[in-house]
Amino acid sequence: MPTMRYREALNQALREEMEADENVFVMGEDIGVFQGAFKVTQGLLEDFGEKRVRDTPISENTIVGMGVGSAMIGLRPVVEIMTINFSLLAMDQIVNHAAAIRYMFGGQVKVPIVIRMPQGAGHQLGPTHSHCLEAFFLHVPGLLVAVPSTPADAKGLLKAAIKDDNPVVFIEHETLYGQRGEVPENGGPMRFGEAAIRREGEDVTVIGISRMAITAQKAAEKLADEHEIDAEVIDPRTLRPLDLDTILESVKKTNRAVIVEEGWPHGGVGANLAALIQEQAFDWLDAPVQRVTGADVPMPYSKPLEQAAFPHEEHVVQAAIATFRDI
Amino acid sequence: MATRESAKSGKAAEKGNGDGASPAEVVQAEEIGFGEIKHDLPDEETCRTVLSKMMLIRRFEERAGEMYAKAKIGGFLHLCIGEEATVVGATQALQETDYLMSTYREHGQALARGTHPNAVMAELFGREDGCSRGRGGSMHLFDWDKRFLGGYGIVGGSLPLSAGVALACDYMETEDAILSMMGDGATNQGTFGETMNLAALWQLPVVFLIINNQFGMGTALHRHSAVTDLSKKSEGFGVPGTRCDGMDVLDVHSVVTEALKHAREDRRPQLVEAVTYRYRGHSMADPEEYRTKEEVEEWRERDPIRAFSDRLVDEGILKEDEVEKLDQEAVEAVDESVRFADESPFPDLDSLYDEVYVFDSDVPAWWTVDERSPEVHRGEREREAGKLPHELAEMGAAYAGVGDREARERRAPKGEQEDEAGDEEPSAEGEAEAKGEADTGGEEASGEGEPGSEEPSEEGGAD
Repeated sequence: MPTMRYREALNQALREEMEADENVFVMGEDIGVFQGAFKVTQGLLEDFGEKRVRDTPISENTIVGMGVGSAMIGLRPVVEIMTINFSLLAMDQIVNHAAAIRYMFGGQVKVPIVIRMPQGAGHQLGPTHSHCLEAFFLHVPGLLVAVPSTPADAKGLLKAAIKDDNPVVFIEHETLYGQRGEVPENGGPMRFGEAAIRREGEDVTVIGISRMAITAQKAAEKLADEHEIDAEVIDPRTLRPLDLDTILESVKKTNRAVIVEEGWPHGGVGANLAALIQEQAFDWLDAPVQRVTGADVPMPYSKPLEQAAFPHEEHVVQAAIATFRDI
Repeated sequence: MATRESAKSGKAAEKGNGDGASPAEVVQAEEIGFGEIKHDLPDEETCRTVLSKMMLIRRFEERAGEMYAKAKIGGFLHLCIGEEATVVGATQALQETDYLMSTYREHGQALARGTHPNAVMAELFGREDGCSRGRGGSMHLFDWDKRFLGGYGIVGGSLPLSAGVALACDYMETEDAILSMMGDGATNQGTFGETMNLAALWQLPVVFLIINNQFGMGTALHRHSAVTDLSKKSEGFGVPGTRCDGMDVLDVHSVVTEALKHAREDRRPQLVEAVTYRYRGHSMADPEEYRTKEEVEEWRERDPIRAFSDRLVDEGILKEDEVEKLDQEAVEAVDESVRFADESPFPDLDSLYDEVYVFDSDVPAWWTVDERSPEVHRGEREREAGKLPHELAEMGAAYAGVGDREARERRAPKGEQEDEAGDEEPSAEGEAEAKGEADTGGEEASGEGEPGSEEPSEEGGAD
């Protein structure tokens, strides 16, 4: 299987879907001539031209809104938002329109738009460019939400997102763009709502969201090597729809759960998932569900502070060990 | 500035329109030439069509107001009485395959575009036969077949959408264009500048129409916009603007037609400002303390429907009794729409989750959280969920006063009827009382900008 970087996998997905359907087009800030702030759209302008690779002014709300409008009458736009924090400027169009239009107009139209954006800390981009806000979008019925952590998932899920007739918020991770991984040749779209078991284990279920799926895997190795704990690591890959089955099956086997996310603790993905687990697998739990989250602060710039503000392997190891205490 | 007397009496400024500027001065009435004859009449058939559309809208809106007072309609209700010439003049300029988007004051737009009054009234009533299946309500009418792409409840929110539709028209190499309507208040939104810029930059076939009724809710034009000639506000972004007399159906038609021609043929987006006036409050719960009765009377003198029908009679196109007959037909159509809406069923509670997502054979089914969990979670997959979620939905509906118990029992699947939440249901009298308060300004206190506030949510929470 060929290996490639996460950004190359995304680029391939865009390219293949644009070749397959001429109603697919991309637009966003600096995605054309500049080749994309994170080079995901590299080469697309040259190959597909200005009609289908559209550089936009810095007008997030209107770019997303125009994507929604064009999707309503038949196009399949892929809108890039430079970083997830900027999606906040477009929240009106995402929540009030992209997610609601089909429902509020009684099903007369569909809105097949993909809104791509990277999130995450690690590059010292400070409090307006580094957050993890997937929980904001998870909250909204009408949206699909993807959080791929590997190049293979990035490609397969982006292809699925573009083919899907629903509005998709597609959340990439800034520190993953350069990561390499195997990507199946001629791979088709993946299914949303299918979690990946990254590591099988018997003792504790660790669920990692976005980049934290990778952190969770590293922590699992450490747990095995240093603490004789056999952790099962699950990457949900999409948050809406969520593959709760796989998570519950695992929890019913291990009787313990740790949820790892980079976002804020209150009202986070982990808060929601912990509620679902206790609602549906309460009798199987041997310990309270543990959450490992980002610190409850705006993301600081200073390197030591930034590093302290999102979870690392050690935090996950400690949380997993905590599920074995006091029983 | 407000005079001492008016401040004492708790009224707004004496001249009504904010702090002393007369509305006629603000909108430069003389320059626009309200009441002057600017265009020749079109052919008789067109004259009849235009007049009867305006009459239908007027009668429809009047009746909608009555139905709101009778609590048949919940939530917010924004009437366009006074703005009929703008609505009809502009929509008459569209070709059949052109698109239309509008604000939340859009009953007239739907009717003018040809949506059946029955479907519009049923939507206001929150019924299954409404043009948005009762999901959208007064502010969110939609008719795909008529290419009416919706009323939108977010001020300025539809502007990017309309530019997106124009982008798609262009992308797919059609000759279609879109008419994108907004109120005067929307010109202060960020999306206004963003959209003008992009529409001009990408040379999109769109005409923006500002329906300047001189108030952003209760704030007079000169108190909300530094530039009161709104046709100038887009020019710096590359979208040329024109003003027209929004009380003159022929002037609106002529200016919008010309604008659409430029947008379609030259790929130059245009902006038109139609200066008009709404005779009723912003919504039904508006005590109108921001303007005087005299001011409203002054504008009522310019009634667009009477002005047009008088001219038709004067010039011998129609006789008095023919005008009367057209009006009678409008009344009958509206009567029928009320009958239809009243008989249309409320949406089935089992349809609560319909159309949140698209399902088809190529796309795996997405349920709201999880499609394949062995147990059904509360609040998901309602139609298959068994009794508990169904009961919760019933209780919610009963609390919101939706329908009557018998009707819900008839709709409920057999075997699920015994546990009706009848004790939660407010009495019909209770509903009427609550609605009466809203009419006298109860809702206003909570503010139009907060649809989640107590008053509307009790009245229309089910939607």
